[in-house]
Amino acid sequence: MKKIALTLAAGLALAATGAQAQGNYPQRPITMIVPFAAGGPTDVIARIVGDHMSRTLGQQIVIENVAGAGGTTGITRGAQSQPDGYTIMMGHMGTHGAAPALYPNLKYDPAKDFAPIGLAAGTPIVIVAKKDFPANDLKGFLDYMKANADKVNMAHAGVGSVSHSTGIFFNSVVKVKPTMVAYRGTGPALNDLMANTVDYMTDQIVNVAPQILGGNIKAYAIATPERSPALPNVPTTKEAGLPDYEVSAWNAVFAPKGTPPEIVAKLNDALVKSLDDENTRKRLLDLGGVIPSKEERTPAALQKLVESEVARWTPVLKAAGASAE
Amino acid sequence: MGDLVSNLSLGFGVALSFQNLGLAFLGCLVGTLIGVLPGVGPIATIAMLLPITFGLDPVGALIMLAGIYYGAQYGGSTTAILVNIPGEATSVVTTLDGHQMARQGRAGIALGIAAIGSFFAGTVATVVIAALGAPLTSLALIFGPAEYFSLMVMGLVFAVVLARGSILKAIAMILVGVLLSTVGLDLETGEERMTLGLPFLIDGIDFAVLAMGVFGIAEILRNLDHTETRDVVRQAIGRLLPNREDFRQSYKPVLRGTFIGAILGILPGNGAVLGPFASYTIEKKLAKDPSRFGRGAIEGVAGPESANNAGAQTSFIPLLTLGIPPNAVMALMVGAMTIHGIVPGPQVMTRNPELFWGMIASMWVGNLMLLVINLPMVGMWVRLLKVPYHLMFPAILMFCCIGIYSINSLPTDVMFIGFFGIVGYLLIKFGFEPAPMLLGFVLGKLLEENLRRALILSRGSLETFIDRPVSGVLLLVAVVLLVVALLPSIRKGRDEVFTE
Repeated sequence: MKKIALTLAAGLALAATGAQAQGNYPQRPITMIVPFAAGGPTDVIARIVGDHMSRTLGQQIVIENVAGAGGTTGITRGAQSQPDGYTIMMGHMGTHGAAPALYPNLKYDPAKDFAPIGLAAGTPIVIVAKKDFPANDLKGFLDYMKANADKVNMAHAGVGSVSHSTGIFFNSVVKVKPTMVAYRGTGPALNDLMANTVDYMTDQIVNVAPQILGGNIKAYAIATPERSPALPNVPTTKEAGLPDYEVSAWNAVFAPKGTPPEIVAKLNDALVKSLDDENTRKRLLDLGGVIPSKEERTPAALQKLVESEVARWTPVLKAAGASAE
Repeated sequence: MGDLVSNLSLGFGVALSFQNLGLAFLGCLVGTLIGVLPGVGPIATIAMLLPITFGLDPVGALIMLAGIYYGAQYGGSTTAILVNIPGEATSVVTTLDGHQMARQGRAGIALGIAAIGSFFAGTVATVVIAALGAPLTSLALIFGPAEYFSLMVMGLVFAVVLARGSILKAIAMILVGVLLSTVGLDLETGEERMTLGLPFLIDGIDFAVLAMGVFGIAEILRNLDHTETRDVVRQAIGRLLPNREDFRQSYKPVLRGTFIGAILGILPGNGAVLGPFASYTIEKKLAKDPSRFGRGAIEGVAGPESANNAGAQTSFIPLLTLGIPPNAVMALMVGAMTIHGIVPGPQVMTRNPELFWGMIASMWVGNLMLLVINLPMVGMWVRLLKVPYHLMFPAILMFCCIGIYSINSLPTDVMFIGFFGIVGYLLIKFGFEPAPMLLGFVLGKLLEENLRRALILSRGSLETFIDRPVSGVLLLVAVVLLVVALLPSIRKGRDEVFTE
């Protein structure tokens, strides 16, 4: 009897400290896993948003870059970490949308193994071509590609990259089969695009906007419902006559499955506050980022987004025979 | 010309402000320190320090980060010379003669000439960037996949020349290096190759892991084999700074190294790694007595170190003028710029002239600071060799482990340096040189990817490599070099056969 009482007491005490720990969360720095190398678009967004979230939470958010296998290495580690709110991660369109189709041995399920926190920022996809490409608008571009299908080369930044997935999606929407040329990262791909070595690619606005503004490459359309203030002269795909191609590389914060709801709510609150902050907004907009609306920032909305993205990418990528294993 | 002067004076105005001078100094100091710690590379450090720069203005932040970068290049040579661990791909060559010099008690001179050569190269490179940065950009655009492939073929020929002993063994090691570089996801198809089903091999083998294993850990194992040689190093510290004779031997290699390094640094896709190798090859070919190389020839330190630093600086050209990062550190600089609200690209020069010219001026300031920081420290570094080895090797081992973990935060990387350490030890025991293997590894990836890319673009026609003039010339040079390198050894081989 005494033993039981003791166990009970111990259990109660433990539960109490547990509850207290949650009430005081966070008591130590939080690690945010960014599954890509430092300096890339997802990393920059994580650092900008994380900086403001740290101030709301009163604890530093430490960015840990765990790059590899199209971001799935870092996300796998995040999914398997303690669900105590001290490890969170910045997932994106690739890790939580395209990955199941690309990596058959993926160790996590984007829709089931996470506690979604909220959408951070989207980066629109722009269709760009070398500056000597013999077409001045999207329609001319599509006509040329259809007439010269065997001559056209599309560049991408490697299997599993945003430019790869969105490029395959583009090709399937406009029904062309160009020769695909892979590069290791966006930099070298852009270099060859500027040198007129390859013909076109689709990539995030952050990566291509400077070269478009500098006149080194051409932009045909931006795949968002509205034009971007960073590239006001580039028409949307809808305006240019290709409404079926609407895609953006979204970035969102996730915690591992089983993270207590109070902690999720606290993290979501910090995220929402950072997206309302004037300075944070300005920095994200300067990058060409799209800031999610109030409704899009909830965990429930993110869960829905992940499910719809997996459903969208899987058939497109499987049909193209793309696989990373 | 007047433009250049006014631009540079704008730049120096920015770089010489009290705050920016302090930041440049801080960056150089941190960079030197992390460069000296084996394994902790500039990428990990810049990534860790990025949040600290949030409070600074963009120019100051970038000046500090740039300081870390070239400071680390400097510091990397220090470990290459003292403990035979190349911190970066570019300091692999420095281990060949630099560490031999240290073993002969000439560590101070090796460090001194490395610092002075680097300063000279840095000064020249700064002027090159300021005067020719914009026009040189087009060089980056001339180099398509075909040209790149041919350049890498030429690089592999350099690797053959690097060899100290048997050419056959050197070629075998290069091929092993190329094979190791093919581990991981196939870039074009996304298929796994030689990963043995292990998930951590999907992205291939990291250069730092391989280098630290076959150089660092293997060197420790070898030293523990016979402790007596270490004692020799400890007793004979010798002179600290180069004398007149040393300068006479090194000034030409420094000039040539600077020239080669500066040009290769501009190329996209990490062309800078070739600089030190190319410089070493040329010095060895030009030397009256090539057999001195690999046994502590000062030219083998002076040339490559200058090439290394010149390349490190000119690799800012594609970043500053095009906004395209040629290597991983520069990619991180792009991130740093965007975090600070500056979108890197061709318009930076006109839109943020104080940033553009301020950074260029700060490069020279940084180089001067590095010289000031490093020359007085030569004595201190050399004294490190006096630390008893049974105290030093656990420290080196620990820093290697921490450093490698800080790059990707992967425990498997730490285990892998142990594995490659044993491999490296066996290689040394059997008389195989690890340096050609490392070069094969670095070039292998670029070689394969560009070959396939060029063939995809030409729809399978091999003529593309000869039809394109730059590519054709590079291949021709490679063939000539190979013949020159192989002829004597074939002849020698025959001689040996006859004597037996």
